[in-house]
Amino acid sequence: MTHLDYAEPEAPVIAGVKGDWEMVIGLEVHAQITSQAKLFSGASTAFGAEPNANVSFVDAGMPGMLPVVNEYCIEQAVRTGLGLKAAINLNSAFDRKNYFYPDLPQGYQISQLYHPLVGAGEVIVDMGPGLARRVRIERIHVEQDAGKSIHDMDPALSFVDLNRTGVALMEIVSRPDIRGPEEAAAYVTKLRQILRYLGTCDGNMQEGSLRADVNVSVRPAGSDALGTRCEIKNMNSMRFIQAAINFEARRQIAILEDGGSIDQETRLFSPDRGETRPMRSKEEAHDYRYFPCPDLLPLTIEQAWVDGIAASLPELPDEKKARFVREYGVTEYDAGVLTAERAAADFFEDVARGRDGKAAANWVVNALFGRLNKQGLGIADSPVTAAQLGGVLDLIAAGDISGKIAKDLFEILWAEGGDPAAIVDTRGMRQVTDEAAIEAVIDQVIADNPAQVEKARVNPKLAGWFVGQVMKATGGKANPQAVNTLVARKLGL
Amino acid sequence: MSDRPETIAAARAALRAGDVTAAELTAACLDAIAAAAPLNAFVHVTAEIARERAQAADALLRQGDAPAMCGVPVGIKDLFCTEGAPGQAGSRILEGFVPPYESTVTGKLRDAGAVMLGKLNMDEFAMGSSNETSVYGPAVSPWRAAGSTAPLTPGGSSGGSAAAVAAGLCPAALGTDTGGSIRQPAAFTGIVGLKPTYGRVSRWGIVAFASSLDQAGPMTRTVRDAAILLGAIAGPDPKDSTSADRPVPDFEAALSGDIRGKVIGIPREYRMDGMPDAIDALWQRGAEMLRDAGARTVDISLPHTRYALPAYYIIAPAEASSNLARYDGVRYGFRAPLAPGDGITEMYEKTRAAGFGAEVRRRVMIGTYVLSAGFYDAYYRRAQRVRTLIKRDFETAFADGVDAILTPSTPSSAFEIGALDSADPVEMYLNDIFTVTVNLAGLPGISVPAGLDGRGLPLGLQLIGRPWEEAELLDIGFALERAACFVSRPQRWW
Repeated sequence: MTHLDYAEPEAPVIAGVKGDWEMVIGLEVHAQITSQAKLFSGASTAFGAEPNANVSFVDAGMPGMLPVVNEYCIEQAVRTGLGLKAAINLNSAFDRKNYFYPDLPQGYQISQLYHPLVGAGEVIVDMGPGLARRVRIERIHVEQDAGKSIHDMDPALSFVDLNRTGVALMEIVSRPDIRGPEEAAAYVTKLRQILRYLGTCDGNMQEGSLRADVNVSVRPAGSDALGTRCEIKNMNSMRFIQAAINFEARRQIAILEDGGSIDQETRLFSPDRGETRPMRSKEEAHDYRYFPCPDLLPLTIEQAWVDGIAASLPELPDEKKARFVREYGVTEYDAGVLTAERAAADFFEDVARGRDGKAAANWVVNALFGRLNKQGLGIADSPVTAAQLGGVLDLIAAGDISGKIAKDLFEILWAEGGDPAAIVDTRGMRQVTDEAAIEAVIDQVIADNPAQVEKARVNPKLAGWFVGQVMKATGGKANPQAVNTLVARKLGL
Repeated sequence: MSDRPETIAAARAALRAGDVTAAELTAACLDAIAAAAPLNAFVHVTAEIARERAQAADALLRQGDAPAMCGVPVGIKDLFCTEGAPGQAGSRILEGFVPPYESTVTGKLRDAGAVMLGKLNMDEFAMGSSNETSVYGPAVSPWRAAGSTAPLTPGGSSGGSAAAVAAGLCPAALGTDTGGSIRQPAAFTGIVGLKPTYGRVSRWGIVAFASSLDQAGPMTRTVRDAAILLGAIAGPDPKDSTSADRPVPDFEAALSGDIRGKVIGIPREYRMDGMPDAIDALWQRGAEMLRDAGARTVDISLPHTRYALPAYYIIAPAEASSNLARYDGVRYGFRAPLAPGDGITEMYEKTRAAGFGAEVRRRVMIGTYVLSAGFYDAYYRRAQRVRTLIKRDFETAFADGVDAILTPSTPSSAFEIGALDSADPVEMYLNDIFTVTVNLAGLPGISVPAGLDGRGLPLGLQLIGRPWEEAELLDIGFALERAACFVSRPQRWW
């Protein structure tokens, strides 16, 4: 079993005036390829540089400049394709998409329309334990990004920053398999997770490393037909994606229920107003005049090269999650949480290896992640290491400390660090398991409370009170199991 | 100036022997250029760069073991970007543009010690066959028809390069050839012009016209010079993905003139209706000369030839419409004055309307049209299929044992400047009828001066070779050159 079994969720419906409607959604995700250099020039891709600092003559569209494809970017796209279980096309080609804009210095974007590098694949989008939507990937093509136009720095002038011009992007095109705003967000989350596992895109939506165009159409619930879609461009937050889909679906339903029809068009989402509006009028619609880029030869890659990349793929989230359930006996929910980030999963495995997996998951998910989240920290910033947390688990397993003491120990490790066993020793936190010592304490408690003893003999539930007194007297260090047994015996229950 | 070496080979010998210095040779060329203003061949003279390079070359020559081109003055077509020297591609839209980089090809010449004299006139963005679309005004041929003083075109688009070499202003020049722009002007001016196999020479730093067809090449007085100059500029370039990773043979060493046993194809489809008798006669004489030298001529068929020109005038403008999109007035070159309230669209429209000449605008519009949604399949895709068929025609001929193909270079001799002003643009396009097939098929082609027509104007014959076999092609051209013994020179009138 490399995958967990799942059922497809019901498609959510929107109740209209005349009946129920279903949303049909497909996404085109633009993911910036993790690479030091741009797709067709040697210029740097570092984020946050001074405007126009990372610009080569090629990026600036100077006369006579020619693109040369960056092999590493192709490798990254192939790795992504393999990670999405997609077909890799050994022969692909670059095309020019022509349009005029100041942040597109060449007057065209080099992309792949006719022969993309990556073909059909899939993403399993988790929608809760036992539930997942299989979203088919139609294709992934490699293309260059445009620059940035800035219109609000001066009342009369516009400014252009070409730092992003020519940066390598993957456009990951899904089939219209997504059925609602939550699924769309979950799809982007899952895709982002896979890309981050692969190291092919950092998935940083604030910096623009991951943007999505969302295609939305609606149809009567239960129908198999596809309605006319609208494309909402350039969404860079999960929240906006969901809000835009919600608005757009209702807008289309209102039109259709009114007897109207949907114009296929490109729209923009305004976060301030929470609505979508047409991006350009029909007269301004672009004709991109795609044609094969004559500056680049068709891209031919070898199967052996692809196989080499395949062999170097890391274990991916779905496999890892299934393995955690299988090997460590953790719940599917916990396995999902533990595998959200590769580093967190690695941390968990370091803790769980050779120990009780469920206990390890419990500590990592509840104690550690809970604490990290509270302080807004990532796993890499954790003050408690996997070795330390493993030490805590070992002390529990050996009966050296109780669960309650373990929580105190965790707090000490979080605040001060140190070796868990040594802390337990030096601070006298070790659990008392010596029966004679515990018996002595019990005898004392019994001797001091004869009235309670009488009552307990009538009402055995009062044994708990004696246990509490003993724990109090030992500062919580007495082994609770031992105390329970001994108290019962001493009271003759 | 008559004792100044007029070929690369002669200059090389004189420089190495110490009979002349690069500085002297350069000074003489600069004088000749200054005296030849009526030819309008050089449009930016880079005297300072030339003198500096000549000095450096002389130093290198004194050390001995200098490369072949060391100290040899050359003219560079305005299409090449050369660091610190203006480069406008013959267009107003690149007014004032001084590239901060050097094209691979001119860089190779610079590194070999060649002396750049300046930039040469050309049709705007290499679009034209008469040099009349240039922002600098037409280059003028040093040749005149017998009994006439009417200015003739040197051909185009490398008209300035052809005029300069034919007039003896420099021993050699670089041209570029997208549909015949080296070979047609070479034929019109009685010099040698070679278009190498596509991919033999780097395109990096050369202003792009039609990327899948453009190729730089030598324009020289002799076949030997073409071999020397090609050797200096050829070779793979990591900056040009379409340049081929193939070794560069010693082209000059391959010149034996011994073509016994070679098979020369004579394509029947190149016999056009209305072809001037002089052209037809020259073609037949050329075949005879090659037979006399021991080659065998065979009639061959290149059946898709008639579709070449239409296919070319779809593919080349399509690529050009995209390649020229970058000239938008945003970053460099010309920007039209704007009216208050004008936005980016007005800036594009005004800049490109005023910055591009009529022929460039026409081709940008044709190219935009053929790539438009709904027309792409009918035009561009179909033209690409034709291109494949034309390529296959040649492959079949070569597979049948043909070593090279002999055709006329042009359908006529040089015409008067302005002669086609009021004609259908297609009349001008017909100049390329014998040369475009070679670009479409990516083959090497050379025009060798082979005779004069009835008006005393030069005519050229074209040899088309197998891909990557420039050495063999040059050798056959060498034999043709010897047999044709073309020694005529234009009478100096400027």
